[in-house]
Amino acid sequence: MKLKSILAIALLAMTAATGTLADTTKVGFVYVGPVGDGGWTYEHDKGREAVVAAFGDKVETMYVESVPEGPDAERVMTDMALKGADLIFTTSFGYMDQTINVAAKFPNVKFEHATGYKQSDNVSVYSARFYEGRAVQGHIAGHMTKSNIVGYIGSFPIPEVIRGINAAYIHAKAVNPDVQFKIIWAYTWFDPTKEADAAKVLIEQGADVVLQHTDSTAPQAAAQAAGNVITFGQASDMAAYGPKPRVSSIIDNWGPYYIARTQAVMDGTWASTSTWDGIGAGMVGIGEITSAVPADVKASAEALRDSLADGSYHAFTGPLNKQDGSVWLKAGETAADYAGPEGLAEMGFYLEGLDSEVPN
Amino acid sequence: MDLSAISPTLLVASLMVAATPILLAAIGELVVEKSGVLNLGVEGMMIMGAISGFAAAVLTGSPMVGFLCAALGGAALSIIFAILTQYFLSNQVATGLALTLFGLGLSAMLGQSYVGIKPPVSAKLELPLISDIPVMGPILFSHDFTVYAALTLVAGVWWFLKYTRGGLILRAVGESHDAAHALGYKVVRVRILAIMFGGACAGLGGAALSLVRVPQWTEGMTAGSGWIALAIVVFASWKPARVLLGAYLFGGVAVLQLNLQAAGVSIPVEYLSMSPYLITIIVLVVMSANRSKLVLNAPAALGRVFHASR
Amino acid sequence: MLRLEKRPNPSKMWGYLAPVLAVIATMIGGGVMFALLGKDPFEAIRTIFYDPLFSEFAWYYRPQLLIKGAPLILIAIGLSMGFRAGIWNIGAEGQYIIGAICGAGAALAVYPFDSALIFPVMILCGAIGGFAWAMIPAILKTKFGTNEILVSLMLVYVAEQLLASMSLGLMKNPEGFGFPGSRNLQQYASAHNAELWAGSGIHLGVVFALIAVIFSYIMLARHQMGFHIRLTGESPKAAKFAGVNPNKLVIYCLGFSGALAGLAGMFEVAGPSGQISIDFNVGYGFTAIIVAFLGRLNPFGIMLAGLLMALTYIGGEIAQSSLGLPSAAIQAFQGMLLFFILALDMLTNFKIKLVNAEVRT
Repeated sequence: MKLKSILAIALLAMTAATGTLADTTKVGFVYVGPVGDGGWTYEHDKGREAVVAAFGDKVETMYVESVPEGPDAERVMTDMALKGADLIFTTSFGYMDQTINVAAKFPNVKFEHATGYKQSDNVSVYSARFYEGRAVQGHIAGHMTKSNIVGYIGSFPIPEVIRGINAAYIHAKAVNPDVQFKIIWAYTWFDPTKEADAAKVLIEQGADVVLQHTDSTAPQAAAQAAGNVITFGQASDMAAYGPKPRVSSIIDNWGPYYIARTQAVMDGTWASTSTWDGIGAGMVGIGEITSAVPADVKASAEALRDSLADGSYHAFTGPLNKQDGSVWLKAGETAADYAGPEGLAEMGFYLEGLDSEVPN
Repeated sequence: MDLSAISPTLLVASLMVAATPILLAAIGELVVEKSGVLNLGVEGMMIMGAISGFAAAVLTGSPMVGFLCAALGGAALSIIFAILTQYFLSNQVATGLALTLFGLGLSAMLGQSYVGIKPPVSAKLELPLISDIPVMGPILFSHDFTVYAALTLVAGVWWFLKYTRGGLILRAVGESHDAAHALGYKVVRVRILAIMFGGACAGLGGAALSLVRVPQWTEGMTAGSGWIALAIVVFASWKPARVLLGAYLFGGVAVLQLNLQAAGVSIPVEYLSMSPYLITIIVLVVMSANRSKLVLNAPAALGRVFHASR
Repeated sequence: MLRLEKRPNPSKMWGYLAPVLAVIATMIGGGVMFALLGKDPFEAIRTIFYDPLFSEFAWYYRPQLLIKGAPLILIAIGLSMGFRAGIWNIGAEGQYIIGAICGAGAALAVYPFDSALIFPVMILCGAIGGFAWAMIPAILKTKFGTNEILVSLMLVYVAEQLLASMSLGLMKNPEGFGFPGSRNLQQYASAHNAELWAGSGIHLGVVFALIAVIFSYIMLARHQMGFHIRLTGESPKAAKFAGVNPNKLVIYCLGFSGALAGLAGMFEVAGPSGQISIDFNVGYGFTAIIVAFLGRLNPFGIMLAGLLMALTYIGGEIAQSSLGLPSAAIQAFQGMLLFFILALDMLTNFKIKLVNAEVRT
């Protein structure tokens, strides 16, 4: 049995090696949802299409959609590696341990895990600074709200979503000190029915701006039906709902990164990295700000976007206090990415002024 | 925390909307179960209705045609179940589960080109003056027509089961297919009609989701509504009026949960979400503890295979 | 006019032939569907049915069949006992979840303490968890006559909510950056349900599934309880005269299936899956119901049916990545396979007879 497993591993290594020798580069994508979800997976698949468009015959891509986070994911990744994939993108946080496991068995295959934090010699991690986009949304929301109530649909109380709420809130409050946030946790990334209901409830409770950190367009439709409510596209541009209710959007733009990483594999320059890019690098796109937004607000929002892009401004710049009033960042200080519970990567607390509690 | 932000009027009005898809599916399943057939494929039929209705509404621009096609789509899928269980005498539990699997897959394939499209808007009942009456206006007179259609359907089923000969036959078939057969009723025919009615209702429920409540098409968008419909039938102890109560309870908990969150109340969402199911179990127990009542309500032949030996 | 006539005894020949016919019919129906989607039907069918078993990489896929099939078989064996006796536990999904929560909970409670005792305790906790969850419908049925189909189904949703609550709260990995989900048990040696031989796919859950198949075969064939189960299924009245205690049977059948489902959940969470997370359950409990019927409630039939089902899952994934078939097509294909098997199953119990319309009364 020992011998057999050694043979198996040798065979694994060989197949992987022959894969790299061939002149087409094989790139695999593992998706957590269907490509037709119109949000998260849809945008990753657009990234895959961008790779195909950029390299033509020089690449061969493959993907499997709706892969549950668990043993099925591990099998799908192994299957791709066996078929000679040179590079595999695993596009959900829940694939983290599986990616590490499979990567250990295929040292010659490169892996890219989205939104995770575990790296190894052949596993890179990448994510986007969506909170920069939230800052722009918060700015617009603060200006646009007349009821001073902004509704926010969260998915799960995880650092990424909490960061987004905080970023949106402080930038809304900066331009409108009376603004109040009402937050609903949907406990799903994608459930149109629940998202629609959540948006309706927020609107009934007085919100005239609805921000969403869930991926369907259902809140957009609910806002449209309600009339005088504005929304922002999430993950995908959702331009079909413009110019109103959708007045702008955060677009996950994975294409440039996927192309660059594929190129690196082709050139043999690929190295394990941790990438966390924002508006500047083009990973977070700000969708067109529509005519429903007054020109001066649009201009100031674009100025904010540009200052975030060129790095002259950080979305979390002190003085900022935590919800309990304790100091988080002193005046002029900017938040560190990695600083334990105090850093952005693990952010688990609300900032001062938000009145609900982070659920646990 | 700001409970005053929750308007009871709007809460009731929105729970009525939230409950409509499951109400439609549940009232259909009630008729199916009353005929002695347990069809666990409600989820599959609902989602088939959701896509057929959506596609038809987008293609024709008419929500009405959409709803019609949704009913047809749900009924068409249910025919597979009907043929398998009634002619091929397959097990109803397994066939129903297979139907859900098949419906989810087929609808996703049919719907590939409909992702991200906006359907035509279904008109709301906007009666001048009457819709503006405080409290009663928003609750009773300002919904889209599916809310009223569902309520009418519930009343219709109640009347049918209670006062018509057809309803009597249906119940007889569900109580004892052998006795009904001996009396000369066409057991298989009655059941197939009931199954198709259930499919059509589930289809309408699906379209109420994809054309009114959400409104858009996405894969797997029913997200368990069909299973809730099954729970409601049980909760209702197979009585149409109680189906209404059950649907409003399930819809109400969903909406209330979101309202409490938005008002800043820290609630354990999971425990609130499981409460309707626990209540259903309690209702079941209370009901079955009183055996004389149970006999009156639960169809005795539920889930049994019928084969006329001659 | 075609007419069905019940056979006095199920046909042996059709018992073997019907599933084969069903698979062939599915290949034709599925082939048409794949052709409509613009794919080569022959290649698609070959990829789904042949590649996992005999392709270049079959040495990897074959063990995966065991990993995917074992929980299905383990649960289906438990369910089949009750199904034979007309006791309908359709809440195995819930018992599977509770078994996993209890098993993982036992390990996480003592983390990072290492001991050889931890794993056996987890097995016990998993089985007890599933058993206890199944006892709810069992006791309600025996005490109040409450319908077990509905109670067990309702409890699936309760269990799912409990699972979500555990992943977000009590069992959340304190070192997991606030993401939902527990620690990964694969990285906790004492609690890891590892493969017994690396690369073989055989973990303890597979072994238990095999034992369950043999155990239930012997019990049905030789033991008095098996006789009672079969008798109750064939004729409840006769069983009553024979002195079968129906309440005892309900407790036994539900308890047995609950314990096996709980075990399946525990082996899954400690092995292939590794962690309690919101999406931990992927429908094994429901698929196992279908597996039980595909296998005609016969232990060895269930084993084959479980492997067939696993084959379509794994072959389906291969077809997705190499042929670009959408996952929806695979789902519809599986549904089709089930329809054909369920439909043709009739041939084992009934004869189709051509009768003259005039003879009809």
